[in-house]
Amino acid sequence: MRAFVIAVFAFLYLPIALVVLFSFNAGHHASEFTGFSEQWYGKALSNPFLVEALKNSLFIASTSALLAAFCGTAAALGLQRVGARTRGVFDALLGAAIVVPGVVIGISTLVALVQLFAVVNPFLASVWPTDQPPRLALGYGSIIAAHGLFSMALVTMIVGTRLSSLDRNLIEASSDLYATPLTTFRSIVLPQIMPAVTAGFLLAFTFSFDDFIIAFFVAGAQTTLPIYVFASIRRGVTPEINAIATMVLAASVLLVLLAQWQLGRRKPSP
Amino acid sequence: MSGPDHKSDPGNATGGQLPAGSEAAFSMRGTLLRKNLMTALLLAPATLWLVVFLVLPFVAIAIFSVGERAPEGGYQAAFTLAQYANLPARATAFWNTMVLAPVGAFACLLVAYPVAYYLALRAPERWRLILLALVVIPFWTSLLMRTYAWMYVLGGRGIPALLAYVGIEDVRLINTPGAVLLGIVYGYLPLMILPIYVSLERLDRRLLEASADLGATPLSTFFGVTLRLSLPGVMTGFSLVMILLLGEYLIPTLLGGGKVFFIGNALVDLFLQSRNWPFGSAIAITLVLVSVVVLIAANRISARLSGARRVDLI
Repeated sequence: MRAFVIAVFAFLYLPIALVVLFSFNAGHHASEFTGFSEQWYGKALSNPFLVEALKNSLFIASTSALLAAFCGTAAALGLQRVGARTRGVFDALLGAAIVVPGVVIGISTLVALVQLFAVVNPFLASVWPTDQPPRLALGYGSIIAAHGLFSMALVTMIVGTRLSSLDRNLIEASSDLYATPLTTFRSIVLPQIMPAVTAGFLLAFTFSFDDFIIAFFVAGAQTTLPIYVFASIRRGVTPEINAIATMVLAASVLLVLLAQWQLGRRKPSP
Repeated sequence: MSGPDHKSDPGNATGGQLPAGSEAAFSMRGTLLRKNLMTALLLAPATLWLVVFLVLPFVAIAIFSVGERAPEGGYQAAFTLAQYANLPARATAFWNTMVLAPVGAFACLLVAYPVAYYLALRAPERWRLILLALVVIPFWTSLLMRTYAWMYVLGGRGIPALLAYVGIEDVRLINTPGAVLLGIVYGYLPLMILPIYVSLERLDRRLLEASADLGATPLSTFFGVTLRLSLPGVMTGFSLVMILLLGEYLIPTLLGGGKVFFIGNALVDLFLQSRNWPFGSAIAITLVLVSVVVLIAANRISARLSGARRVDLI
């Protein structure tokens, strides 16, 4: 059994290791390693389209993760204060937001937004005082909103789990000692749930940064890094893509490890 | 539908029993009002998000799916089931998905179970967390990049080149159903391992000892106790992987070339290329319905075999 497990871990990591190795290949050919070089990283980072896509992805991921962290934490706190029926409805919707395949989220958001814009844009044009009314269109906003849906559900679940294992005695003690609800929240609840909020933020960022399929549908004229990489891959495998893949993988691994470390902090003993 | 539920709020119930008119009741009612307002404020952003970007879009594609295609592409209002009647036009995509999704999920399960078993019951304590992290990391790293890695390995300059080196020429690995299956197992293995690990880890070890003490062979202990009690985890993993596979696009596109079409490919084509939105919506609704059936079936099966359990994804 041990041999099998080792083989499975090799299966999980060898292809990635190969991509990382060949991203440092001096030669152009993928079949032989001809020497160490970081030239492909230089090539990748001096590609203006790639840098633009990377900037877009960083902006979208940080904005959607930040929004998700705030709204998700608020929702988790709010759900502690409602009855079982409301909770059930929320849990079902949040579960759906996580489980529904990205393709379906992508196309349904696309359909809904295009219909919405078809109504809102003529209206804006008719009431706007100048000749250039703002035109709503697919772009940053729609990607942030669609990514935020999954991320918010994720943050709500992670923070909710932490909240339900919170020591109620501490909160009671705090209010018995005449702390205002706000003080109790700031000095008791917030420090306890903060690692979960941070972990949720990091995972939300990772999700948004890595997502291809949802952005593919709702990006409009914008390009995110995964969309750029997907388009390049279809044109052919190049060492430049290996360099990009290595950087993205390294960033993801770092963020996930950070999130795990945050979740492991002050974990209440079961 | 999704506002704070006043009726089942325990604080509200005690408030209602106080005699109205007294000063205490007034201040009590004020506090309760503030409490409910606070709850509503906390839940408002999430509610708005869920309604605008989950419920409304779903309603939109449901409406589209009974509409007609406008001559220039897009949507024309109508009420017809023609789009659903037209589903056999994409029979190949449905067939590929409906075959490769369960087969892929099952292949995932076969690889995942021994790993989860080892992690939960056999791994040395100090290794367990490290190994678990090594399972979780791929789950959160880009599926696009990980699938690309296999394109690289299976592609002309990868394994086939190595095989040619030892004299086996003309081996074609990429753009075959086998490559897609491999990509599926690779991509979704972590998602299958985690829930099984959770259910095995919660297993009461004394049951295993009891089974052995009562003279059961290790094999019958495994089938009678371990496997049986871990079935909720197995069903959770299987249904999650299966549902996500139903909507998979990247793996068949990158590893199946133009040869293995999934429902996901049909949807991308219908929404982004040929712009037949009503037909695409009908396919999407069908996809969601199949997912719901899979979920319900999985829930039924695991509820029958033991109590339902929640699984954390991290």
